[in-house]
Amino acid sequence: MEILVCVKRVPDPAENEIEINSDGTDIERDDLVYSVNEWDNYAVEEAIQIKDKVGGSVTVVTVGDEEADEVLRREMAMGADKGIHINDETLEETDGLGVAKALKAVVEKGNYDLILTGAQADDGAAQVGGMLAALLDLPYASLVNYIEIIDDNTLKIGREIEGGNQEISEIKLPCVLSIQTGINEPRYVGIRGIRKVAGVEIPEMELSDLGLSEDEVAPRVKRLDYFIPEMGEGAEILEGDMEEVAEKLVELLKAKGGIK
Amino acid sequence: MSKEIFAYIEHHDGVLDDSALELINAAKKIDESANVVALVFGTGDNLNKACEEAAKTYNTVWKIDKADLAYPNAELIRPMLVNILPKGSVCLVPHDTFGIDLAPGLSVKMDVPYIPDVVGIDKVEGDKIVAIRQEFSGQVHTHVETDMANGIVITIRPGTFEPDESKGASGEIVDKSADAGDVEAKRKFIEVKEAEAGDVDITQADILVSVGRGIGEEENIELAEELAEALGGVVSCSRPVVDAKWLDHSRQVGTSGKTVKPKVYIAVGISGAFQHVAGIKGNPFIVAINTNPKAPIFQVADVGVVEDCIEFLPVLTEKVKEMK
Repeated sequence: MEILVCVKRVPDPAENEIEINSDGTDIERDDLVYSVNEWDNYAVEEAIQIKDKVGGSVTVVTVGDEEADEVLRREMAMGADKGIHINDETLEETDGLGVAKALKAVVEKGNYDLILTGAQADDGAAQVGGMLAALLDLPYASLVNYIEIIDDNTLKIGREIEGGNQEISEIKLPCVLSIQTGINEPRYVGIRGIRKVAGVEIPEMELSDLGLSEDEVAPRVKRLDYFIPEMGEGAEILEGDMEEVAEKLVELLKAKGGIK
Repeated sequence: MSKEIFAYIEHHDGVLDDSALELINAAKKIDESANVVALVFGTGDNLNKACEEAAKTYNTVWKIDKADLAYPNAELIRPMLVNILPKGSVCLVPHDTFGIDLAPGLSVKMDVPYIPDVVGIDKVEGDKIVAIRQEFSGQVHTHVETDMANGIVITIRPGTFEPDESKGASGEIVDKSADAGDVEAKRKFIEVKEAEAGDVDITQADILVSVGRGIGEEENIELAEELAEALGGVVSCSRPVVDAKWLDHSRQVGTSGKTVKPKVYIAVGISGAFQHVAGIKGNPFIVAINTNPKAPIFQVADVGVVEDCIEFLPVLTEKVKEMK
């Protein structure tokens, strides 16, 4: 099976406190630790597991600047066979639809049976997979947490729905699936693995290589700013050294029925 | 200028989802004078029940009855919506597991802009709309702007707009089944597998010590278990802990896990993404322990402790044993 996985380089949620710059035009990016979007990592692992079962290849593609190369190499160190790097300044300002259009052009240059994305990324939009499927006129399922290959044309899939229940469907190939975390256990990637793929050539593409004009990827939806809203008072923060704080907290818990 | 606004009504075997009463208020925020039309898909008695219920809130209800929609399949509903929605429509959909499935592709097929997971409408000026979203699991908010002259698809985060409980309407139910057309999908629904019950029922616990990503490592879960034991409570968790397979899925609190209603909820190393917080009901006393003072969990907590939970938990457990 020929599989394409769309990945994104994002600030690592486990490593960063997100702050906004002084004029609210962006988050403070200087000291951020970046990694591959968590959901995408599960998607790549799933693709590799499918390839290991039925053969084929796994290609990873990203839309991003020079630095984005590192997430492609990381995913190749996991076991992806090829990388494609879409690197065009115009795309830095685009929206989800613009990214989906760029990915559509990549899909059409290949011959993929299955296209995977992460269910969502740092902006929480959960939109690119669904848009890509619609642009390609392919069947789509989001929040997929189970994949079983039935035959050359059909997958049995599970979608994670409310309450931890799972919606089971059959879907025809080729299709686009957005992958939910927890579907598998992504393998560990060591320094040695990354070194192995350090020299592999990753083709870079610009808009013109994809047959897209700047107008076609001009954002319809524009982010105007970042801000922290005026919130309610929020929590009363207990002050003092750890012992004192613990004591105050135990008193409060006693009063609120938090100790049986 | 008055827009026609459509609200996608979710129902579960005829019972309206909470979002059904929230979308009308989101619509009114976009245009106070708009006629808001409820879109209800399904089949048979369940559909009729849902339509009658929706008609108590919406002046117009469009009913789409199709035998293969006993369970809502977004791949079937999307092309039907394209068939029935007039040009220029504003279409609101709840941002839940169904909306995420339906809406991005719907915007492409309607060739209109899409704003996902909206938590507020900032302003509407003519055809320009400015909406409020969150990024980085709620750590920051953003204003986003687009032009809805040709229509728009927006998903609304459940629980962010007040429900309209007035039931003041006696809406007209219009059967649009024929206009929706006969469509086929390459994705066929088979069944819903219910979540398995775990060893501990967190939905029945009065005291929950809930661990998140901040617990760091699997072996640190023990620290939370020790605290829970001292308090007479049980351990629950947020999604990353289940994804890492440190705790069973039956322990997860949130939209994709369990809804809990304890008296006391101690959130340990949990940032407080809305999907998690949405699973905490019944207005418990919430304690948040987190190293990041800006974590959204502090906005919903009653009391906060800004400490590394791995250092703080043993101290707290000792104090509980000493003082109880």
